[in-house]
Amino acid sequence: MSRMTDVSLIEGATLADGSRSDILIDGGVIRELGSGLNAPAGATRIDANGLLALPGLVDLHTHLREPGYEQSETVLTGTRAAAAGGFTTVFAMANTSPVADTAGVVEQELSLGLDSGFARVQPIGAVTVGLKGERLAELGAMASSRASVRVFSDDGFCVSDPLLMRRALEYVKAFDGVIAQHAQEPRLTEGAQMNEGSLSGELGLAGWPAVAEESIIARDVLLAEHVGSRLHVCHVSTAGSVDVIRWAKARGIPVTAEVTPHHLLLTEDLVRDYDSRFKVNPPLRRREDVEALRHALADGTIDIVATDHAPHPVEAKDCEWDAAANGMVGLESALSVVHEAMIETGLIGWADVARILSQTPAHIGRIEGYERGIAVGAPANVVLYDTSARRSFGTEDLAGKSSNTPYAGIELPGRVLHTFHDGYATVADGHVLDSAVVAEKARSFRAAGAGGAAAAAGGAVRG
Amino acid sequence: MRHLLSTRDLDRAAAIRLLDIAEDMADTQLREVKKLPTLRGKTVVNLFFEDSTRTRISFEAAAKRLSADVINFSAKGSSVSKGESLKDTAQTLQAIGADAVVIRHGASGAPRTLANSGWIDAGVLNAGDGTHEHPTQALLDAFTIRRRLRPGASRGAGLDGVKVTIVGDILHSRVARSNVWLLDTLGAEVTLVAPPTLLPVDLAAWPARILYDLDVAIDEGRPDVVMMLRIQTERMRDAFFPNPREYSRRWGLDDERLARLGPDSIVMHPGPMNRGLEISSRAADSAMSTVREQVSNGVSVRMAALYLLLSGNTEEGS
Amino acid sequence: MSARTVLHQADIARALTRISHEILESNRGADDLVILGIPTRGVLLAERVAGLVSQISGQDIPFGALDVTLYRDDLGRHPTRNPQPSRIPAGGVDGKTVVLVDDVLFSGRTIRAALDALGDYGRPRVVRLAALIDRGHRELPIRPDFVGKNLPSALDERINVRLTELDGDEYVSIEGADA
Repeated sequence: MSRMTDVSLIEGATLADGSRSDILIDGGVIRELGSGLNAPAGATRIDANGLLALPGLVDLHTHLREPGYEQSETVLTGTRAAAAGGFTTVFAMANTSPVADTAGVVEQELSLGLDSGFARVQPIGAVTVGLKGERLAELGAMASSRASVRVFSDDGFCVSDPLLMRRALEYVKAFDGVIAQHAQEPRLTEGAQMNEGSLSGELGLAGWPAVAEESIIARDVLLAEHVGSRLHVCHVSTAGSVDVIRWAKARGIPVTAEVTPHHLLLTEDLVRDYDSRFKVNPPLRRREDVEALRHALADGTIDIVATDHAPHPVEAKDCEWDAAANGMVGLESALSVVHEAMIETGLIGWADVARILSQTPAHIGRIEGYERGIAVGAPANVVLYDTSARRSFGTEDLAGKSSNTPYAGIELPGRVLHTFHDGYATVADGHVLDSAVVAEKARSFRAAGAGGAAAAAGGAVRG
Repeated sequence: MRHLLSTRDLDRAAAIRLLDIAEDMADTQLREVKKLPTLRGKTVVNLFFEDSTRTRISFEAAAKRLSADVINFSAKGSSVSKGESLKDTAQTLQAIGADAVVIRHGASGAPRTLANSGWIDAGVLNAGDGTHEHPTQALLDAFTIRRRLRPGASRGAGLDGVKVTIVGDILHSRVARSNVWLLDTLGAEVTLVAPPTLLPVDLAAWPARILYDLDVAIDEGRPDVVMMLRIQTERMRDAFFPNPREYSRRWGLDDERLARLGPDSIVMHPGPMNRGLEISSRAADSAMSTVREQVSNGVSVRMAALYLLLSGNTEEGS
Repeated sequence: MSARTVLHQADIARALTRISHEILESNRGADDLVILGIPTRGVLLAERVAGLVSQISGQDIPFGALDVTLYRDDLGRHPTRNPQPSRIPAGGVDGKTVVLVDDVLFSGRTIRAALDALGDYGRPRVVRLAALIDRGHRELPIRPDFVGKNLPSALDERINVRLTELDGDEYVSIEGADA
């Protein structure tokens, strides 16, 4: 039965812990690890000497735009971008049209993801109906749908009503859900265009004060403590937010937090020329904030990196600053940016990258298969990354539908060369594979019975 | 000069050069024949996304006095989305053959976006963008101060040591921003006076002293120039201040404060004024007031700006 | 580059004196004369000529400056020029005999611009033209009434006029293109 699926032998890869190993992928799972493995007949051999093997990356915060905004991105193009960046699972935010606030919409997204085959698409459900912040969406129905939604978020909007937030936090305890809060006090950020500070005053752009984020996080961690619920904080962007989260964790409050790649690398100074590629919400902050975020990620105060991949069509950015849309694409560049901001600075090692970009985001989102990383019997989600590469990042490195990357023309380290999702390749030799081929592989994998194959995996580690 | 987008980009030599050329332009405006052939064959487009009849007329007069063809393009009320309309409009102007675009836009930075976009080859002149800058207003203010303080001998001079106090809604004022940079470049000492709510949160990088108390600014600062900014009464809806009465009492230039200014002080206002709110009628109409001079100087300064934008063949350093 | 001095300080003084006499002669006296120099060096020469004419005639001759920058037809061909102040004597130019003074007469385009500029200040009875140097190569039907020195030149040669007030020394030289 496993013959219906691909067999690949990755030879000589370096694992996150620095050891070297071959990786035999068969039937959608990692069948064997060790050196000098024999390639079974018909296996594809990949020379991975000098390449780093990481577990498939998991993005807890992706905007796939479908349904409703297909001019920006579709599930297919968004998951192609994910594969190009080494991601094998993406959590799709709920701000589609219609909003993902019912079981029907999340199931539709789930099946679009299955059809695409480039990555697992795990829908996030809206907290409130239509993201309007007025009444709770059918959280339970989404949780028990085929999509098994565990993460709920009104991202793009803050659940600013404290009572509604309290109820949501409480309610999702029934199915081990988590509320992912977009922390932005709406009244403090009316018309906001960039980080509030010296530069916003000079540029005459309405300020987005750090306190608008920090005050919501402070409120929410106290609510989470009070009701004993899990809270996840989206795209933490300020040093003050780090302090609040650090305090909350020290107090034992079950809060997790994410930071985006762009908040780890870019600062508000880029706004000076009103180049709308750098318009994002939350906004780019000061150098001191970037430093605080990097250290918080290194010391575990911030748990994960999530891309907030936010595609927009050209016309949404090709205009004056005020009219431009917030957001940047980030899937394709995320690993390189983390490499630049965290590895090159010596703040963390590759095993930490596996944790913050794969293991922990999967755990927060309650999806299985990533907890063991690259291990015998684990689902074969693997990315091979050339750490020695350096390139001037460009739109040719993008694989999604939109090109609103802030990194065009910026030199970044590393390059994703191969991505395996459920045992089949989605990216090979740096090229995203043909959509029809990948869709067919995904169908074969499902036909073979993924769960059965994984359960049957009984290979041994050879040393 | 390729574009005039902000006074922050102007160095002292460039600023004084522009003011000196404005003096030459002002001289020609005293003659019976005010029109000059200088920009014959050039097309200047007044691209106004916000209503501002005063500024538009001033630019129109400036361009026409220099014999440029003027096209007024009021983009307000266009049904296209804001973003599309800037790009589409720019491409239309490019097709028409505009040599300079005078742009007034509600979004801060829109003139820079237009200048950097590659949508258009024309020189871009910022006629006020959002709450960012209004460079020709600051230039005409500096021109007015210089003429008042050095009658007949203003050419070549800066404003070294001149004490200028700007009062009012600094937070939302493009006039204040342009003035702060230009006045500092020209050597003036700038003091900003406003309720704390109407100041940007972080002014550490601004070359200005900050005061909340207008009486202290007048009595201890002994300003040579007091520049009153227009206060929008709708600001009180957003709780920037309790009501116009309190604002006027604390930050208005009333008759009593006017009387405490030095006899040679200058009272300025970019207009349009709210008489009785930020400035009393007596202050506005006093001999110390330059309000009407500012309007006529505006034409000369804009002639100079258009001349610098449109007369050279190369991009110059300054 | 080789520079050859064609007028020394004394030659310039003699030329201006001669021009002053010729102006008085052609105007049949000093009445209604206005001498206007074209910036930069034309203004200095105009001041000297006005002084000489006043001295010879015993009448005070008004003089001033007429800037032509804003009337030029070649603004787009050069880096932006700074205009200079025009100073028109209090009596104006209406009905006057205006003598325009420039240092070097070349294509004639500056004078064309000066005539346009002058017209915007009023309507002189007659306009005359004095030039310290006429180097030829006219592009317009303009000829000088009073010339200090005719100096036939090649197009690529440079004429340098240096005057004490501005340059600290005084002579006229011609500079060839690279030999």
